[in-house]
This record gives sequence, structure tokens and C-alpha cells, in this order.
Amino acid sequence: MTARQSPGIGSVAGIAAAVRSGEISAQSVLRSSLRRVAELEGDLHCFNAITAEKAMADADAVDRMVASGIDPGPLAGVPVALKDNLCTEGIPTTCSSKILAGWLPPYDATVVSRLRRAGAVPVGKTNLDEFAMGSSTENSAFGPTRNPWDITRVPGGSSGGSAAAVASGMVPLSFGSDTGGSIRQPAALCGIVGVKPTYGVVSRYGLIAFASSLDQIGPFAATVADAALGLEVVAGHDPMDSTSLERPAPDLLASLDDGVSGLRIGIVDDFLSDVSAECGATVMAAAEALAAAGAEVDRVKIPELLLGLPAYYLIAPAEASSNLSRYDGVRYGLRVDGPDAETMNARTRGEGFGPEVKRRIMIGTYALSAGYYDAYYGQAQKARTIVIRAFEAAYRNFDVLLTPTTPSVAFPFGSKVDDPIEMYLCDLCSIPSSLAGHPATSVPFALSPEGLPVGVQVLAPALGEVLMMRVAASLEKAAPPGVRGPVTP
Amino acid sequence: MTEYETIVGLEVHCELSTTTKLFCGCRNAFGEAPNTNICPVCLGLPGSLPVINRRAVELALRIGSALNCRAQRSIFHRKNYFYPDMPKDYQISQYDEPINVDGFLELADGSRVGIERAHMEEDTGKTTHVGGGGRIHEAAHSLVDYNRAGVPLVEIVSRPDIRSAVQARAYVDELRSILVATGASDGRMEEGSLRVDANVSVRPVGATEYGTRCEVKNLNSLRSLERAIDYEVARQIELIESGERVAQETRHWDEADGSTHSLRSKEEANDYRYFPEPDLTPLAPDERLLAAAAEGVGPMPAERRHRLSEIVSRSAELATRRDGSTDQVVTVVDLGLDDLVVGAVTAGADPRLALARAANEAAANADAAKRLDPIAFAALLKMESSGRLSSTQSKEVLVELMTNGGDPGDIASRLGYEAMDQAALDSMVDDVIASNPEEWQRYRGGDEKVAQFLLGQVMRASRGRANGKLVAAAFAARRDI
Amino acid sequence: MSEPERRISPEDVRHVARLARLALDDDEIGRYALQLSAIFEHVDAVRRLDTANVPPTAHPFPVENVLRLDSVAPSLDRATVLAQAPLAEGDCFQVPRIMGEAP
Repeated sequence: MTARQSPGIGSVAGIAAAVRSGEISAQSVLRSSLRRVAELEGDLHCFNAITAEKAMADADAVDRMVASGIDPGPLAGVPVALKDNLCTEGIPTTCSSKILAGWLPPYDATVVSRLRRAGAVPVGKTNLDEFAMGSSTENSAFGPTRNPWDITRVPGGSSGGSAAAVASGMVPLSFGSDTGGSIRQPAALCGIVGVKPTYGVVSRYGLIAFASSLDQIGPFAATVADAALGLEVVAGHDPMDSTSLERPAPDLLASLDDGVSGLRIGIVDDFLSDVSAECGATVMAAAEALAAAGAEVDRVKIPELLLGLPAYYLIAPAEASSNLSRYDGVRYGLRVDGPDAETMNARTRGEGFGPEVKRRIMIGTYALSAGYYDAYYGQAQKARTIVIRAFEAAYRNFDVLLTPTTPSVAFPFGSKVDDPIEMYLCDLCSIPSSLAGHPATSVPFALSPEGLPVGVQVLAPALGEVLMMRVAASLEKAAPPGVRGPVTP
Repeated sequence: MTEYETIVGLEVHCELSTTTKLFCGCRNAFGEAPNTNICPVCLGLPGSLPVINRRAVELALRIGSALNCRAQRSIFHRKNYFYPDMPKDYQISQYDEPINVDGFLELADGSRVGIERAHMEEDTGKTTHVGGGGRIHEAAHSLVDYNRAGVPLVEIVSRPDIRSAVQARAYVDELRSILVATGASDGRMEEGSLRVDANVSVRPVGATEYGTRCEVKNLNSLRSLERAIDYEVARQIELIESGERVAQETRHWDEADGSTHSLRSKEEANDYRYFPEPDLTPLAPDERLLAAAAEGVGPMPAERRHRLSEIVSRSAELATRRDGSTDQVVTVVDLGLDDLVVGAVTAGADPRLALARAANEAAANADAAKRLDPIAFAALLKMESSGRLSSTQSKEVLVELMTNGGDPGDIASRLGYEAMDQAALDSMVDDVIASNPEEWQRYRGGDEKVAQFLLGQVMRASRGRANGKLVAAAFAARRDI
Repeated sequence: MSEPERRISPEDVRHVARLARLALDDDEIGRYALQLSAIFEHVDAVRRLDTANVPPTAHPFPVENVLRLDSVAPSLDRATVLAQAPLAEGDCFQVPRIMGEAP
């Protein structure tokens, strides 16, 4: 099942420039996007909701601004897709869960406001694993999204819909959320670029919480430059988010093409034995390419990073178990009636949540419960410190680190969903940087023998986005042709 | 017959007088239309995040300081439990790293009660139970109003140092005056801005271990608090005396019935699964916060009582009798009239008299009394001390002084209280005798009725300033010559 | 407290389901008990770590005192909010009778 490379509707930078200059109208760009959606959505199911009418109004507004000589902003007329755990005022926001089916937020997430202020045109809300818990988008209550490279395979998760929307050329830019790998992993499986910023660089206000100390919003795009543009627009301090760092958005584009000469790049040894042959080989190939471009490449052992997975699967569910308590049938969302409030709560949540969500709520509740807190949650937070210190030590000798993004390429539907641990292992390489709050990005670098995309992950220390994107851009330049989307199934 | 000791610890929740809620910009206001002061944050909508109100932190530090606590670096924790008045089904509170620890409260009688902690947390919404007489268990359904959800609270937890219901009441009373004095809260139990739960246990006198304690809730007034503790103590003693054990439980005070009863017990106690709030940063009381907390706060009631007592007792004339002067000190400070008394004493007024007039007469209209000029107050008190005014007259002048202000001497004159010059009085009496010869003859003959007439003439001529007794004496003296 | 057991029993599942207000039938309870046991087997490595001198990390970055001014911001329109309520009565959210007192 080989997908065909396809040009997509244009690049983020290209579209914005053309719309701003009046060369092309935002409405015509939108029409291309919606046409593409109409063609492919049946096969792929990227969206929970397509907001065509509102998008047309938004595009029209952009065009009228241009006509009156007002600059609509750096994303002028760019169609964007938003993961359906980002609050959009008056537009259903469901987290792909029955418990929030039809819920209309009365406010926009900060990221959404910033995108609109920059002239972007949201076209719809994309599918995800329910409440962002999963690595395949199979946990969606509304049916899975399919991988544009092979529709019998998963696009990855939890931001599968956003990844597939970009990978199939429906939109040049989309946004997802990443808690343990939910942007990077689908990016790798769909052959596109996905970026998780430093924790606190992008506001979480309006992102429906999964794990508060780990969640971050980030962009998907076909190229590093386009992803960088998207990230710049949404990044920067937000007073509505106490964990938002008091810094302006980073300037990522300025040094993007500066190359890697003299940079010290470390290949993290410890994952290589747990990943598939092609994923391991791809990292080595990427390392060679960077060496050829002038970087100092070496292998490094950071065995503590392997603590990441078990620690994550205590911390994230613990925070989630608390964050998801609010879904109780009282103020919004699904209510399943009962003779008393307590029974109503339990029935609502029993019916409204899918099995993966319930599992994680129970794991988290158990890890926090009396008598178990110290042994589980308490220990996990200490393991987190160990991971952070290990990274600190590594970054004394290296500027960035290189790892596979995922242990394998896109897998067939149903092959892991019945084995939670198999599914959790998908996050092996992405989790450590989440625990540390460090930025990370996935860049498509190869195709597997079956023609499926393989991604390489670039890790940088906290607030190291500029360096990270620079390395990513070099990798992109060095990558062979045909390894990245958009593709048509 | 075993004698038992009462042990009480009190948990007091007080609402802070901030403009907005603890974690969002919704108004912190009592008594408004339901669900009008709500936003994504205090409603706990998906995607919302809390941001700490600086003013609430300042007021919490202020309360801690007024209770002689140590302020320390603190964090917020999530207290997880389900209840319809909880928008997030967890409460953001403080657990093992609270903002204020290890203080004490000095009561009016000089005794001290230890304060374990005074921490910050958010308030819940309000539920009204419909049907079944408004009682929760018989209700058909409940209605929830989230206006109060997210209002900043400070929870003040005392050590189990309280030894009687009376002392418990005094504790809450003193605490309330402190809270009001700091400006941190308006302390209104009837409006719910001050809520009290009591932990009550008993033990044989002389025992060192604490007995099993029960938590008593639903205490809506100081009287309820006192009654409930008395009831609980008696109940527990009876249980122990009859060989049974006191169960550790939460009990609900029934005001109408005058008793506590056990709340429907759950199969297991709540497991709150506390963990540090990941959406908020720790609080480190830096110089800026501490300075802002202390700004504009005067001395606390205990300190003011000490000051007033000292000034009053410095008077050499003051005998140390048990005459309720301690009570007067408490009352005067409580009403905020201590500055008035101190000012009057400094201006030369008799301290004992100043204290008594402030505690009794001025107290009747404390708001007006607070506006009194201490110098004028002193002047009036000196008139009373010197005998120029009787105590009754002095009190009346005081009322006029408080109501309409003015000068005490002028008021006394106007009211006719100031004693007339004796020579002027004699002259007036002689004038009236001269002008009314017939009546004078009748008076000399023993006609009592005409005595009133003659008196009246002098009173009229003096426009009420003459002292009636002295006028009658003057007439009598002339008749008897 | 004794060392926590690694296997999650159906009773454990009932307990956490009660704490988390999740209504589960007996089949589900059995199934989840097996799955959670396997998961806890996997995360057990964390429990056995030597963390003697290691402090816990609650936040990736040690920021303190993020505060906001005590000034009023607009509230939500009540009608909009109540329109999303599963059941509203007048100006309030309606819930079935509550069995327990607030803690």
C-alpha cells in the first residue's frame, strides 16, 4: 500500500506571504484545503468537527484586512487544524470522549486566540485518543484516524488526527498536545515534523488537562521552518497560566539554517536495543549525516532515562485521575441519571469514559491512595529528579541528543490496543524529555522497507529550542527525498 | 466519682475580604444572584487554570502574624473528593507545607491557646436541598450555586488547649476581633464568613493521654458552639461512665433539638489523596509580600488591652479592686474606643471614670463615640469629677456630644446643667420676690402651691439654668429669716 | 504500613473505583484487576529505587510566587453556562439528592 507523494496546498510560510501581499486570497486557500478534506476525510477520519462556515467567515475577514492595507499577521490565511482538546469558543470540544460530546466551551484557549490574531484560519477539530491517553488514536470514542501512508495502520497518538491532517495535505499546519510523546510519535509515524516545546513555553490555558506537569501544546508541519513559524506564534508568557514561563516567544527562524558545524551531538545508546532495526539504523544514518555536515557526533549512555517509562506511568495517571474528576455530570457534558448524586456521578463516568481512560484513572487513584503514595507517586517524583540530573550531566558534554522517536513504524490497527503495556512502550524514547520538561522534536529521515516513515528525535536542554530546530533543519536537509509527507493514501 | 477534663480544639474557616476570588478575577461578594460571579476557572471548566491572588496571600500572612505564627515557604495541595459544590471535585488547599505555623492566641482573660496552623484554601459553592424540609438526607434533589466557589479562605486550627465551652466561645470572640482588626475578614458568622467546627474529647483529670475526639459541625453561632460543646462533653462522659467507648466520628449539631447526632457513616473515611498542586508555584514570603502584609495594620486587641490597662492602672488613685474594670477594658477595646480613653486620660481625665463612661454610656453608640474628640471627652469628664455636673447630667451631655458634637461646657449651659453663680441666683430670687409681692406673702404664709409658681418664675428668668434645689433653698432661707 | 502488594485484586479495583466514582460491573472489575496488576508489575521498578538523597520534582523549573493582582475580570454570562448544564433549575445547577455531608 504505497501512498503517493503529493504537494499539499502550500507551505505555511508561502501561503502567509502570498496572502499578505494580496497575491492570493485566503478564501481560495481555504477552498483548496476544504476540497482536500472532502476528498480524503472519508478514508482518514482526521476530524471530529469541520467548521467550514466559520472558516469561510474568518478567511473573508483576512482578505478584507489585506484589502484595507492592514497586515493580518504572520499566519495570514493559513488553514490550521486544532486537536479536539483545545477549547474553541462556541465550537464543540470533546477530547474524543462521550463524556464531553457536544460540549461548547464559552472561551478560547490562549493558543487558539493567538493563532486567530495571527491571521490563521481554523478549519476544524481533530481526532485524538480519548483525553489524550494513547499512542494510536484507537482510543477515540468516535472511531480511529487512519495513517495517510497506509490506511490499515495507525497514525500514532494521541494527536493522530492533527498529524494525519498535515500528512495528507489537508492543512499545512496543525496543533496537538504532547504529554509523553503525543506530538512526536504521530509525527514520526506520519512522516512529518512535530515539536514539543520546553514545558512552560506555550500556555496551557484552554488545553483540557491530562497531566498538568507534563502537558504542552506544539505544532505539526511538513517542514521544520513551517513548524518553527507555528511555534513562534503561539509561544510566550501567558498570565492565565501560572506555569507559563515569563519569557517572550523564542526567535527560531533567524538561525535555522546556520548548520551544525562544531555542535556536539550525542546518540543515546540506551534505547537502541529496544527499538526495531529500521528505527535504530535510521538514527545512526542521521548521526552520520550530521557528522558529515560538520558536527561532532558521539555515543552516550544515559541508563537512568530508562526509568522514565515506569515513572511516567505513575505520575501522568496520578495527575490525570485528579484532572478528570471534574467530569461528574453536574455542570456540563454527559449525565447518566441515578437516584442520588453519588450514583449519578459513578454511572456518568462509567459510561462516559472509555477503558483506557478508566484504567489510567484507576492507576492514578491507586498510586495516590493512602498507604501507597510514598511507594508509588512519591518514588516516581524522585525518579523524575534522577532523570533530570542524568540529562544535566549529559548536556555538560553535548549540545543536543539524538534518539529514535519511536520503537517502531506505524503498526496495524488492533495490534497493540488490547495490551496496554505494549502500547505504553511506544513512548519509551519520548517520555524522558517530557519528565524533564525539555524540548524535543521529531524529523522524518527515512522510509522503512515497507515504505513507512521513520522519524528521528532531537532533544535539547530546557529553553534550547533555537539549537534544537537548527539541528532539525540540518537533518531535514540531509534526509533523502520521499521520506516526508504530504502523501495521498 | 471521676472528674473529667474537657479538651477542645477549634477549626475556624474565615473568608478573606479580597475584591476577587483566590484563583480568578470573579468578584468576591456575598448575597448576589446565583451563578453570576463565575468564570471558567472558578467553575472548573475543562482547560481552566488557577492563578493566585496576591492580596489573599498578603491577608493570610497578616492573619498569621496577628496570631503570632511563623510564616514559611508553602505550597498548595489538591484535596481530592467528590461533592456537587466542588467544581473540580478537588479543593486546592494546603497540606503539610502551610503558610503559617506555630502561633498562639491570647484571650481577654490573659490565657493562651496554641495555634497549630493557619493555611489558605478555596471555598466551595453552596448547595440548597429541595424538599424534605431542607435537610440533606430527606431532600428530593439539590441546587448548586457556584458564586462562593473559589472565595479565599484561611483555615485556623487551634491546638487542643481549650478547656471549656466558655473558653471556646471566648476564643472565637477574640479571633473574630483580631480578624476584623487586621482587615482580613469581616468575621460574620451569620453570613458565613466565619465558620467554626469543634473537636471535643474528655479525659479523667490527671490523665496525660487524650481521649477519643469527635468533630462537631453545623455551629452557626457562638451560643450554638457553647451549647454543643457542653452537650458533647456530657454525652461522652455518660458513654465512658457506662463502660462504652466514644466512637471517633463527625457529629452534626441540631440547634432545634439541642443535641449532636452522628452523620450517616461511610464505609471508609475519605482518602483525600493529597498531592502537590501542579498548576501553581510555591509561595515564598519575601520582603515585598511581608511588607505589604504588615502595611496599615495597627496593634491587635491583646496589645491594646495591655496598653489600656497599664494607662488606667497608672493612676495613683486607682485601687486594685475587683470591680469589673477588666471587663470594661475588654469592652472598650472590643468596641474600638481605647484610643478615645487613652487620649482623654492623656488630656487629664480621671482614668477610672473615662473607662467607665466609655464602657457603658459611649458603648451604646460606639460608631458615634469613635468620632469623639478625646479632648472634649476629657473636658466633660473633668466637669463631672469636679462636681460641676452630676453623673446623670454628665451622661446626658455625653449623649448630646456624641449625637451633635460641640463643646461640653456650652452643651451643659444650654441644657441648664451648669450651676449658676450664687450671687446671680440670689439676685434673681430677690427680683422675683420684688415683682410678685402677693405671691410672696402667700408663700410666707405656708402656701405650697405658690412655691411652685415662684420657683417657676426664677426658672423662666434664668432660662432653665438655675438649679431647682438651690432656688427652693434660697426662697426657704428668705422666708425663714 | 506493610509493603504494598504488587497484585491488584478485584477488591482493590472496587476500592479505587469507589474513590474515583467509576461504576464498573463484575466482568470489568475482573478484567481491570488483571490489566492493572500487569501494569503495576511493570512500574514496580520505581518502587524499588534507592532514592535516599533524592528530592521529588513537582515542577520541572523552580519558579516561585507567580501571583496576580486583586482586580476584577468579567464573569461568564450565566445563561451561556447554564445552557451547557445537564440539568438546570432556575438559576442553579440541579443534582439528584446528595447522600453524604460535605467533608
